[in-house]
Amino acid sequence: MMASSYNAKEEDGHHSGSASHGGAAVVKSKKPDNTAFKQQRLPAWQPILTAGTVLPAFFVIGLIFIPIGIGLYVTSNNIKEFEIDYTGVDMNSACYSCAKNFSWNSTTSCLCTVDFTLEQPFESNVFMYYGLSNFYQNHRRYVKSRDDSQLNGDMSALTNPSKECEPYRMSEGLPIAPCGAIANSLFNDTLKLYYLEANGTRNEIPLVKKGIAWWTDKHVKFRNPGGNANLTAVFQATSKPVNWRNPVYELDQDPENNGFINEDFIVWMRTAALPTFRKLYRIIQKKSSTMPTLPSGKYVLDITYNYPVLSFDGRKRMILSTISWMGGKNPFLGIAYITVGSICFFLGVVLLIIHHKYDTRSTGADIPN
Amino acid sequence: MLRRIFNRLLGGDERRVDSRTIYIGHRSCPASEAFIPPPKFCDNRIVSSKYTIWNFLPKNLFEQFRRIANFYFLIIFLVQVIVDTPTSPVTSGLPLFFVIIVTAIKQGYEDWLRHKADNEVNKYPVKVLEDGKPVDKDSEKIKVGDVVEVKENETFPCDLILLQSSRDDNTCFVTTASLDGESNHKTHYTVPDTEKDLDSLSATIECEQPQPDLYKFVGRMHIYKSNQEPAVRSLGPENLLLKGATLKNTQKILGVAVYTGMETKMALNYQGKSQKRSVVEKSINAFLLVYLCILLSKALVCTTLKYVFQNKPGQDEPWYNEKTQREKDTNLYLKMFTDFLSFMVLFNFIIPVSMYVTVEMQKFLGSFFIGWDKDFYDPEIKEGALVNTSDLNEELGQVEYVFTDKTGTLTQNNMEFIECCIDGFQYKYHDSSSELDGFGVTYGPMSKLQQKAGWEREELFLRALCLCHTVQVKESTEQPQGQEDGQKNQVDGSVLDGEVPSAPQEEKGFIASSPDEIALVKGAMRYGFTFMGLESKTMKILNKNDVEMYELLHVLNFDPVRRRMSVIVRTRSGDTLLFCKGADSSIFPRVKLEEVERIRMHVERSATEGYRTLCVAYKCLSAEEYEHADKGLKEARLALQDREEKLTAVYNQVETGMSLIGATAVEDRLQEEAAETMEALQGAGIKVWVLTGDKMETAKSTCYACRLFQRNTELLELTVRTLEERGRRREDRLHELLLEYHKKTVQDSPLAKTSWSVGNQDYGFIVDGASLTMVLNSSSDSNTSHYKNLFLQICQNCTAVLCCRMAPLQKAQIVKLVKNSKGSPITLSIGDGANDVSMILEAHVGIGIKGKEGRQAVRNSDYAIPKLKHLKKLLLAHGHLYYVRIAHLVQYFFYKNLCFILPQFLYQFFCGYSQQPLYDAAYLTMYNICFTSMPILAYSLLEQHIGMEVLLCNATLYSDIAKNAMLRWPPFIYWTLLGVYHGLLFFFGVRLLFGNLALPDNGQVFGNWSYGTIVFTVLVFTVTLKLALDTRHWTWINHFVIWGSLAFYVLFSLFWGGIIWPFLSQQRLYFVFANMLSSVSTWLVMILLVLLSLLPEILLPVLRKPRGPHARQKKMVESSEGGLQSPRSPARPLLMRTFSDESNTVI
Repeated sequence: MMASSYNAKEEDGHHSGSASHGGAAVVKSKKPDNTAFKQQRLPAWQPILTAGTVLPAFFVIGLIFIPIGIGLYVTSNNIKEFEIDYTGVDMNSACYSCAKNFSWNSTTSCLCTVDFTLEQPFESNVFMYYGLSNFYQNHRRYVKSRDDSQLNGDMSALTNPSKECEPYRMSEGLPIAPCGAIANSLFNDTLKLYYLEANGTRNEIPLVKKGIAWWTDKHVKFRNPGGNANLTAVFQATSKPVNWRNPVYELDQDPENNGFINEDFIVWMRTAALPTFRKLYRIIQKKSSTMPTLPSGKYVLDITYNYPVLSFDGRKRMILSTISWMGGKNPFLGIAYITVGSICFFLGVVLLIIHHKYDTRSTGADIPN
Repeated sequence: MLRRIFNRLLGGDERRVDSRTIYIGHRSCPASEAFIPPPKFCDNRIVSSKYTIWNFLPKNLFEQFRRIANFYFLIIFLVQVIVDTPTSPVTSGLPLFFVIIVTAIKQGYEDWLRHKADNEVNKYPVKVLEDGKPVDKDSEKIKVGDVVEVKENETFPCDLILLQSSRDDNTCFVTTASLDGESNHKTHYTVPDTEKDLDSLSATIECEQPQPDLYKFVGRMHIYKSNQEPAVRSLGPENLLLKGATLKNTQKILGVAVYTGMETKMALNYQGKSQKRSVVEKSINAFLLVYLCILLSKALVCTTLKYVFQNKPGQDEPWYNEKTQREKDTNLYLKMFTDFLSFMVLFNFIIPVSMYVTVEMQKFLGSFFIGWDKDFYDPEIKEGALVNTSDLNEELGQVEYVFTDKTGTLTQNNMEFIECCIDGFQYKYHDSSSELDGFGVTYGPMSKLQQKAGWEREELFLRALCLCHTVQVKESTEQPQGQEDGQKNQVDGSVLDGEVPSAPQEEKGFIASSPDEIALVKGAMRYGFTFMGLESKTMKILNKNDVEMYELLHVLNFDPVRRRMSVIVRTRSGDTLLFCKGADSSIFPRVKLEEVERIRMHVERSATEGYRTLCVAYKCLSAEEYEHADKGLKEARLALQDREEKLTAVYNQVETGMSLIGATAVEDRLQEEAAETMEALQGAGIKVWVLTGDKMETAKSTCYACRLFQRNTELLELTVRTLEERGRRREDRLHELLLEYHKKTVQDSPLAKTSWSVGNQDYGFIVDGASLTMVLNSSSDSNTSHYKNLFLQICQNCTAVLCCRMAPLQKAQIVKLVKNSKGSPITLSIGDGANDVSMILEAHVGIGIKGKEGRQAVRNSDYAIPKLKHLKKLLLAHGHLYYVRIAHLVQYFFYKNLCFILPQFLYQFFCGYSQQPLYDAAYLTMYNICFTSMPILAYSLLEQHIGMEVLLCNATLYSDIAKNAMLRWPPFIYWTLLGVYHGLLFFFGVRLLFGNLALPDNGQVFGNWSYGTIVFTVLVFTVTLKLALDTRHWTWINHFVIWGSLAFYVLFSLFWGGIIWPFLSQQRLYFVFANMLSSVSTWLVMILLVLLSLLPEILLPVLRKPRGPHARQKKMVESSEGGLQSPRSPARPLLMRTFSDESNTVI
């Protein structure tokens, strides 16, 4: 990539042998040491960028990037992704009434059903996401409104949550567990997916709710106070978050997925970077090698509509996606790689022309010493 | 009575009283009508330390926060503490704390050293006479009026008036090596007529208030004797023993303290020099202002948009994100203000606190390289270069004007007597022993003309040389000789052993303030007149084999204004003679015209050969004349006010009507490589001006010898001679000449520029002190500025300017004139003597030469080098590199913080303007301190974008960076745009990546901290690799530091995210970095972004090829070819004889 010359300026090491007698030692103290460092003569590599060195670099970059870009683009295109908005803004949409009639006080949940069709079968594991738009999970007041030591099972933080949790810190005189705005606004729609067979029967598709959170979060960062047993007793002196229907120890029946280590909860607690985001909801495991995980056909999505978003003009989506080695579907990377690779290649060609036209003489120019 | 009250009232405010009265030994004086209680003088404690233990903390903090940058960061810190801000106070508090602590420790340590030094001085035991008995005391306890006893080789504890000396002749010798570096012994005299018994001495001293001039002192002593009128004796600098000087050759002295403690001349002189600031610092401040504006506008934009955004329904307080009670209660406008402050805090990293630390460290550490450079080591004086300030390193690469002294700087100040001329006959000394003794005895033919002056005239001339000086004979302490007998023996010996008469004297050596005098005395010695020394006002001369004695009556000292000195002596026979020697211009008007005509030709011829000429005149004083002069001199010496002026008047009066005997020529050889150095400087586009006090012809020939003037250089003279030549009024002629020269140099030059190579006329400009005065202080004000402008323009268009006959102050005036001219060019003054101090202090960079004329120049300089030839490397190599390094450092710092903060700013558009930081607090804090600081520091210490050797052989490279080229607005805008480009790329690149949050292959999603960490990782790598691309000189340190900090970043991130930190309230980065690395997409996007950011960096140098290394190489070849065929070598003027041998030996 660079023309280089190893320019080791040898240290001319004629040290005067003056250490032996005292008179010269005084002299020596004033005389600067003849070391390579002090004389700024450290051996040095002196690279110089010239057309001659940059040219191959451009070609190499172009030749590497374009295939990678094509690979990425193809991979991204092969990823199947299906997305459906079930907010219910439109009069015709299934969840319109649920969205319209939402009330914090109602005790019964509103149910709605959305039908959709998958044109192509989803072959490998399918990941089910819910997506929210215009939801500022990255708002500063929101991001800091949590108490990580409480979530890590700290007893004192359980009874006395951090000030950062205000105004979701205390409720009716009791500390809230888990405290803070993030926990309070936990996404609580329930999504159920059915495959509509040709004969009209609904086949529920099993959704796996484990493995959706980062392993380290689930096992280290989030911990129930006093272990996973007897959550009811541990959370006795605490209050549930204001907007929750159930207390934290009733998030799930499975003791390994209950309390603070509930994976839905952990996923929600990882605040999103942008106001439009998606979060992993469930995983649909591939069952057999012959059958696609989700064959093409009609599907039904049952929604327990609990989560209001219209008040801030938000949207809710359900996303089904397969995953490749590069993650979810994202054509950007492939296009970017192809573009940059082409630019480099093009520049290489241009430089080559310039190089040959104007500078046919020596290319490896080093400063002679 | 009234006077008493008056004095008392003013006692507290000494400054208003122009003299102080001191009672010797605190005894009241019987004769005075009332004992005036002495006003309180300060005690003899020297306090050079700034702090005490108690006030260190507040005072040091106050000092530090007076710096604008520190204050700014303090404000930011306080805002963070008081207002609810996005980042914790730690992020800005920690770096600030670090900076403050480091600076405080450094200053504290320095102050501790000063305390130690102070204590050493203050607790030094001294003997103070109390009731006639010496009592041991601490030095700090000495009060004004105490009589102090000092023994040989002790330093004086305060400024003393010498009362008694153990020497018989009422003198004592001191050396002032620690004050001004002059190591010769100076003679000081006791006050005449003080009684031997100091107990009974009752006297007061009236002297001026303390002032810093080491060589000036006026005072008088009233001696009260019972029943007698008080006797008055004048006191001058010769009676004053300065604190810091050392007593030599004298067993002990007694003196009365007049100035103590901080009022001593030494203490007054050590008060700080004015701070010089470099252009780079000014550029930094300008850039800082730009960035401050960017910061403010960013904060303003964000605040405005925040409130626009919050006006949308449901966005101010959505149900999931309610405000706290306190937030709801706050007044809207107050909230807006705190929001503004919060944004300021969020973006404040754009102005990096660490830049100042890094710049200071770079300057401090970088300056060591000058001291370490063995090329600056001079084996003769066994010293290398000295750096007095590290603030101006980069200024060395920016010099546009060099003002150099001639004597001792361009020339060696190693004088050798070459020839003399007596009554118009020339005598040339040939260095062969056969002819040595021929002169006095056989009057051997010395001149080519085979003519000679009369034998009496020759003797008179040589006597004049022997007498008219202030040279001392160095007394050898190792061989104690009975003072007079010993010398008599020597004299006898020399008579007996006629072959080597001068050998013992040569060994003894002479000491004088000016090397000319020694050369003259030695010259006279060669001709048989040996100066034996001065003893109790008697000068002894060995004339071949007779000892002649002269009583020294008066010395009319040399000063640069009069440019001459005289002695008045009385011969054995009782005649009073005045011998005067001085510059021709100051002697000629004072002697008879016909004598001048005989000598002038010789003087001018000698001068054109580059010799320093002096004229010698004498005068017989009749008894009345002497009486008159004696009285006048004594009166003037007693004067308390305007003593200098009065003395000068008397001198002028005495030194008239003399008759000229002859002239001397002394050769001052050029410094080694003086010509090469000057040539290199001119090649570097630096204009060299020679400012000298010497006469025009001498200076001109030196300029020719240094190749400042070439043979084809057309000389424009603006001197008294040209002004007077047409017999018109000087002012008119001045006007005419200025216009003429202006037309020649300025108006015609554009034509010359178009035909650059062909027929380009070089101009040299010569101006002398008198003409300069007329230019600068013309009779009418309107003319002055006009003349000044014309003068400057002429000068700036000449290749070399010679200003001769300059007084020290005029030198500074010239420097100031150029310094303040249009474009404010960077000036450098180089000189070696006390007369150069003013210009050294005036110029942007002052360089002292560790020469023979004392250490004053070195002490006042910013850098000191042993020889002139070192200037070349200092400027062309060190200066160039320093400038490039620091300019790059500054630009890089602004750049890296811009692309650091820009994504944070952009993020506000995506987080509802809520001041959410993009990066974790640890990254915000560590970015400038740890991750990106070391590579740039290493770069700024070690970079050699062009090797030192290349810089040295190719002086034109210096002009590439002239006029602050790397810190002007275009490069700054380039760097800023680069920073913006990188910032945009980082943010939006990752933004596009985050179009789908499922980045790892397990379908899990990344959060906001992952976003920030990816941006930050790309940022750190890009910024470091950008520096790597800029590095042209990769030593192992660069490798270590660049790859080391990248590795450190990765390791730190893994470590920081690998543990649940108990002291953190939020574990934001827990395993974020490791998770990020698990995603292939992230890797790919990081590689892409780093590469894309650096693409223009790689591309630009290639496209900018014509200025690249190819061209440089070609240029170099051309210039070296040009050097070989240069028409200069044959163009050397008539000085070939004088200087050619030297230049041969050097090469």
